[in-house]
Amino acid sequence: MQPLSNIESLLYFSPEILLVIFATAVILLDLVVKDSESVAVAYLSLVGLICVFAAVLITHFSLRNPVSLFLGMIRLDEFSTFFKILLLLATAATVLFSLRSEELDARLKGEYYALLLAITLGMFLMASSTNLLMIFISLETVSLTSYILAGFLTHSPRSSEAAFKYITYGAVASGTMLFGLSFLFGMAGSGDLGQISMRLTELLASGEVAPLAVLIAITFVLAGVGYKIASVPFHMWSPDVYEGAPIPITAFLSVASKSAGFALFIRFFYAGFGNTELMQAVDWPFMLAIVSALTMTVGNLAALPQQNVKRLLAYSSIAHGGYLLMGGVLLTSEGIGAILFYLVVYLFMNLGAFYVVVLIANEVGSEMVEGYRGLSSRAPLVAWAMVIFLVSLAGIPPFAGFFGKWLLFAAVIEQGYYWLAFVGLLNSVVSLYYYARIVKAMFFEDADEETTDFSFSTGTFALLSVFVIPTIFIGFLNIFYTFSNISVSVMPMQ
Amino acid sequence: MLLSLMIFVPLLGMVVVLLLPRESEELVKRVTLLFTLIPLVLAVALFISYNRSTAGTQYVVSIPWIQAFNIQYHIGIDGLSVTLLLLTALLGPICVIASWRNIEKGIKAYMALFLLLETGMLGFFAALDLFLFYVFFELTLLPMYFLIGVWGGPRREYAAIKFFLYTLFGSVLMLVAMIAVYLNSGEPGLRTFDIPTLITLASTEGHALNNLNFQIWVFLGFFIGFAVKVPIFPFHTWLPDAHVEAPTAISVILAGILLKMGTYGLVRVNMAMFPQGLDHFTNGIGFWGNSLALLGFINIVYGSFCALAQTDFKKLVAYSSIGHMGFVILGLAARNSEGITGAILQMFNHGVISAMLFLLVGVLYDRAHHREINGFGGLGSKMPVYTGITTLAFMASLGLPGLSGFVGEALSLLGAYDKFKLLTILSTIGIVVGAAYFLWTLQRVFLGNLNPKYEALPEINGREILTLVPLGILTIVLGVWPNFAIDMFRESVTNLIDVLNAI
Repeated sequence: MQPLSNIESLLYFSPEILLVIFATAVILLDLVVKDSESVAVAYLSLVGLICVFAAVLITHFSLRNPVSLFLGMIRLDEFSTFFKILLLLATAATVLFSLRSEELDARLKGEYYALLLAITLGMFLMASSTNLLMIFISLETVSLTSYILAGFLTHSPRSSEAAFKYITYGAVASGTMLFGLSFLFGMAGSGDLGQISMRLTELLASGEVAPLAVLIAITFVLAGVGYKIASVPFHMWSPDVYEGAPIPITAFLSVASKSAGFALFIRFFYAGFGNTELMQAVDWPFMLAIVSALTMTVGNLAALPQQNVKRLLAYSSIAHGGYLLMGGVLLTSEGIGAILFYLVVYLFMNLGAFYVVVLIANEVGSEMVEGYRGLSSRAPLVAWAMVIFLVSLAGIPPFAGFFGKWLLFAAVIEQGYYWLAFVGLLNSVVSLYYYARIVKAMFFEDADEETTDFSFSTGTFALLSVFVIPTIFIGFLNIFYTFSNISVSVMPMQ
Repeated sequence: MLLSLMIFVPLLGMVVVLLLPRESEELVKRVTLLFTLIPLVLAVALFISYNRSTAGTQYVVSIPWIQAFNIQYHIGIDGLSVTLLLLTALLGPICVIASWRNIEKGIKAYMALFLLLETGMLGFFAALDLFLFYVFFELTLLPMYFLIGVWGGPRREYAAIKFFLYTLFGSVLMLVAMIAVYLNSGEPGLRTFDIPTLITLASTEGHALNNLNFQIWVFLGFFIGFAVKVPIFPFHTWLPDAHVEAPTAISVILAGILLKMGTYGLVRVNMAMFPQGLDHFTNGIGFWGNSLALLGFINIVYGSFCALAQTDFKKLVAYSSIGHMGFVILGLAARNSEGITGAILQMFNHGVISAMLFLLVGVLYDRAHHREINGFGGLGSKMPVYTGITTLAFMASLGLPGLSGFVGEALSLLGAYDKFKLLTILSTIGIVVGAAYFLWTLQRVFLGNLNPKYEALPEINGREILTLVPLGILTIVLGVWPNFAIDMFRESVTNLIDVLNAI
């Protein structure tokens, strides 16, 4: 199917357009309402997200086949729809967390929600870009917005420090990536991933381009993508940023930003470098395997001594980036299916864990492990929910995290990367240790002084169960396994 | 259906217990007891109605579960699993009764976790799909971690996390092996986790699974997973810690059932599925050919000598468990009819006897609040009934003919002597040392002068006797009439040996 022209594309671009409209509406509404009524802004953003969700579904079902929009700049297929839904869920959860979080300054909430919608727009584009230029623009949209959001606690020096570090690392990563992109453009003479794939195959076959040049270009691009998914060695920003940013934003960055990063990563490598000749000429899968092994090991080992739960979860999410990268090694459809499945699982369990952190931070005013002491008697349901999230993150059956990891390991072993599976599994054992420290504090230790039981509202428990129930049951449902397969089957392989 | 009901009744019980109010502790205990008695009734029904004249699996249920990977909910029983299911179902209510008085806090959570644990154990012994088998295997980890960590002794946190990490380490190796078996079981789309199918494929000429090198590696993967559980030296160090810290009932489950999960897995997966791998480690030629028997021997001798050195009553019993599980390994390594029969019988007997021993240690601990063997003395005159039951358990455990412990050990040694003469002869040291530490303990605790501190020590009460009597009867019955149990799995063992000899 030919790419649609700019005008024709607009119809299929309605979710993104709606996001822009609602982001603007949120700012306007914020000018009108009083500070005390700033919840209205949050609700408007939620309404916006629901409308966008409807638009995503409508555009999806009105199309039989995947199409390229805007003369091949972005692509609308099941893969991008999958990620859009995932991102909408993460954003909606973040809005709900922010509503309940007591960290945020009420005066600034208008901008805050508008920025959340803007960053979602950027992520939508990341999930659907098929052109180098568009890839860079979407990545920058997301990055710039996240710098502001990370520094949103204006009264906290930690938050400002986080934002500053984020910008510094981000600028270097983007620059490096842009350099890599220019290499690719220079070699292939086109920005379109499909074209690049074809041209590079020809050029490599005829010997006009050295494999090393392509490998260097890919490595540079990986700097930008690796920075988004916080893979070693581009992970250094994430613990500080995660610790300093408001908790809802930390949750958002660790789930949505990572998912969007993986969407971009998969599309870039699968569409651009997924054909066999290219993979034989340029051994990038091996490089990815090393990066994956290092990422999970560094993440897990660094998480071991952490006392701050937010920071601990930050390192844990680095480690999870490493697990996810395993599925990207060799980019088989099983591997990508595993990544998609794991991202769904990860969304629920990680957001759930962060929600508990929000709740405890509100009650105790601390994010340290000590703050969790005696939680099993003070708020048993919350404590058990946290156990389920943590155990699922550690990948222990019968929770969804296990099924996700199982798919990833199976994909890796199928390709003969036994050593990588081995590293991954040993990492799971290590990770259990630091997750268990939180469990230990909650269940095996008593609270310091005689404190009252926490009382949470019904709404809190309802939101908590939104995360708990999928974490328990996703693995048992057939539909999720097929869902991942469909998304993969329509990937643009040219 | 009967089998599924049995597995999931405790899970239902967990949900019911969780819905009960936290204050009504008596009600929680009664409901839990009810939900552990139902599996027992069902297990007895299975035990009676099980067709002893065939080796085939019975009560089979097979429902597709995760179709994308051909994973099934496939359960069924053969002679081996029905025996262990009965043991599990029997220890369930006994442990609930044993926890009746000495669990002080959070009884509701305790009982709920206990019921979850029971579902995991029952499901594990009935699973016939490798994936399901693994899920049930891991399902026991989490409740056990909490049961030790929350309700355990002073060093409970250390013991709980050590247990968790060791077992998880073993099971991730198992997971790699499991995935490797799955991926080699056929072309994409035709792959399977079905244990009976895999057993057939592994002996099909020219199949990828029927390859010595492959079988050796996956054998090792599964073996380490199960070896941690058994525990086999050098993966055993979690066991004494876990036992010493765990509350009585949990020690009973740990020794009675969880250790059997390891040896059951060895029979169900390692032996039946990888006969060539097994042959490599048990053919009696060179170091590797003797390695499994050697591990059994080390377990027996090492466990017994460690037990001899203990002054903590519970630690002594824990180390004696390591020694007694060594006989199971030795019997399995022999892989002849006597050896395997002896090993399976020993699994069941050890489950019964070690459960008794831990219950008895618990009875004493509840009264004296310590377990230092040298701190007692002369209790025989104060607690004659308790002394009598303890003597019975000790005699059964040290292998006195006429009691159940003897039969299993004798058969294991008999089978092993056929192949590993030197190791078997040396293993009998373990029996001598076993007699030594049990008799010595008997002397230190029950004979001699009564420690004046314990003038007022109350005799064992009715509730405690109730937990011990069924187990005591079983040790005597199985001692004089072992065929009662052997009949159950005779055909299954014959079938297994046919598979092993077919390579």
